[in-house]
Amino acid sequence: MSSREAEVLLDVVDLSMHFSARDGATGRVRGLVKAVDGISFRLRRGETLGLVGESGCGKSTTARALLRLLEPTGGRVLFDGVDVLSMDARTLRAFRGRAQIVFQDPFGSLNPRLTAGGMLEEVLKVHDLAGDAAGRGRRALELLEMVGLSAEHAGRYPHEFSGGQRQRLGIARALSVEPEFIVLDEAVSALDVSVQAQILNLLSDLKADLGLAYLFIAHDLAVVEHLCDRVAVMYLGKIVEFGPSERLYQTPRHPYTKALLAAVPALARKSEPGNERTMLTGDPPSSMNPPSGCVFHPRCFHAKKDEECFRDMPDLAECGEGCFVACIKEWSRRGGGA
Amino acid sequence: MKRAAPREGLLEVRDLRTQFRTRAGAARAVDGVGFRVDRGETLGLVGESGCGKTATALSLMALLPGPAGEILPGSSIRFEGEELVGADEARLRRMRGNEVAMIFQEPMTSLNPVCSVGSQVVEALHFHRGLKGREATAAAVELFAEVRLPDPEIRFSEYPHQLSGGMRQRVMIAMALSCEPRLLIADEPTTALDVTTQAQILDLLSDLRRRRGMAVLLISHDLGVVSEFCDRVAVMYAGQIVEEGSAEEVIHQPRHPYTQGLLASLPGRNSRGESLAVIPGVVPSPIRWPHGCRFHERCALVMDRCSRHPPDLRSVAGSDRSTRCWLESPESATAEDTRA
Repeated sequence: MSSREAEVLLDVVDLSMHFSARDGATGRVRGLVKAVDGISFRLRRGETLGLVGESGCGKSTTARALLRLLEPTGGRVLFDGVDVLSMDARTLRAFRGRAQIVFQDPFGSLNPRLTAGGMLEEVLKVHDLAGDAAGRGRRALELLEMVGLSAEHAGRYPHEFSGGQRQRLGIARALSVEPEFIVLDEAVSALDVSVQAQILNLLSDLKADLGLAYLFIAHDLAVVEHLCDRVAVMYLGKIVEFGPSERLYQTPRHPYTKALLAAVPALARKSEPGNERTMLTGDPPSSMNPPSGCVFHPRCFHAKKDEECFRDMPDLAECGEGCFVACIKEWSRRGGGA
Repeated sequence: MKRAAPREGLLEVRDLRTQFRTRAGAARAVDGVGFRVDRGETLGLVGESGCGKTATALSLMALLPGPAGEILPGSSIRFEGEELVGADEARLRRMRGNEVAMIFQEPMTSLNPVCSVGSQVVEALHFHRGLKGREATAAAVELFAEVRLPDPEIRFSEYPHQLSGGMRQRVMIAMALSCEPRLLIADEPTTALDVTTQAQILDLLSDLRRRRGMAVLLISHDLGVVSEFCDRVAVMYAGQIVEEGSAEEVIHQPRHPYTQGLLASLPGRNSRGESLAVIPGVVPSPIRWPHGCRFHERCALVMDRCSRHPPDLRSVAGSDRSTRCWLESPESATAEDTRA
């Protein structure tokens, strides 16, 4: 048990992030947006965990809340056994030295007035790493090389880089503090396929070389399948299915996961009339007024929806082979089949 | 099966060259593009950013941002046999409204934020079909129903910001349909949408196309989308078409090294735990396209002649497809090499 526990790097328990929505004109609180609503998962050392779901489901908010870039409104986050949410400023900075984030748009998160080298040196200085100025300069070049850039890039400004190179720079910055854990928030989503492949390979290589753990947030299911060991599917602030990625992609259990996978355009499939697939209708409901009961029930196509679905939001329950699913109908089907 | 009737040309583009003047020099964004779209057919135009897909579409619609952007002499765009390059503004306006319509990636930027979506469709109906008053309103509501907007009467008086991204794209499609176009140009129509919404919009477009017999030119960076939706596919690279053929053949038996590289770099089930095949380097700049074959610097199968002589887009013997690669015509290349 203890050795198994030692494997866990990040333990998220019942994490919630609620925002109060205010009226633009009067400033009065109109309601509560439950962007993340009581989610729990564990990330092991050296593991890549994928977080998928459609826009507005709470993926990015989860990332920001667990890194305390936002202050969560509920739950616990344990990083290597230490409670992140109760850290003071000093320990929080030490935590940031171990947990980093790379964003979708590196241009928006790079200082346009600092050169690539200057930016990396500044991070090293803030975190008091790599000794004196000369040491920082050397380390900055080393970092650039780690991400496939070279010394000639050190003197360039962000606008002089292509999208792929900027993303490499964002990764170099995250690596500069020698973290154990990196959140990749749609880190390859803005890139063209050929460049995306280069960055995905870089991420795999870095993970293998440095033993990094990733929380990989993406809406592109194929990219997640390629990179992740386990995958959590989010819908309206909740995790509805969680499991080893091979298992989850081959036999999705939750109706939402099924619909999501079916919606991905495939090279092999032709949408002829008659070749019907399960297609969701409508849009996800607002997280300000989530439906009662199971959050997915208004769009669910499960044959045997009944009043239980309208009444309670099911918890995630294990359904074998390390898979967890939050669907009453799936549990009962398993029970009946066994 | 899909084309039981003989192919009938609707749009025929030949040697289209479009140039943008920039401070750094002239950017030849589209450089000798030619293709045809038949009645009721869907052609997919795929490629990575900067390859000239959107510049091609804007040229077709005569919507290039002037004076910096211009179609160069010698280009030809024929719609139902009539030449549109050099046509006067009145003719182009008639084309844009009544014959060809276009939808864009981000509907929010194409909709007027201070008018209800209904009134915007009514305006289009008035302009293109001369409908007025109650008649126009009824026609707009009908269009909203046709694009499967839920509660069309209620949506009619709502504003763009009140609608979701998918609903806004449906409004754009309704507006495009208002003039009963024979060709719809859809420029990345689902790129800003989530996959489940994307599936709905593509399904709607397929359905409308079948029912109305409308041809569609779908521009996308997503090979999956194109392969599902299109009859034929043209792959663009560096301002040119490098491969063209039926969607089935191009996706499953790509002949051009660029198409092969693109398909191989797609992640997915088969690539788990392995490195992805990568096309080295970056897309070249339109201000200075490479000499010879524009792909030669990144090509895994590059030969001597590739850097010296640009290959033409040639049809592949015994098939309905064409490709722009020296590998396809070794003998003629050798002949040219000896000449050079």
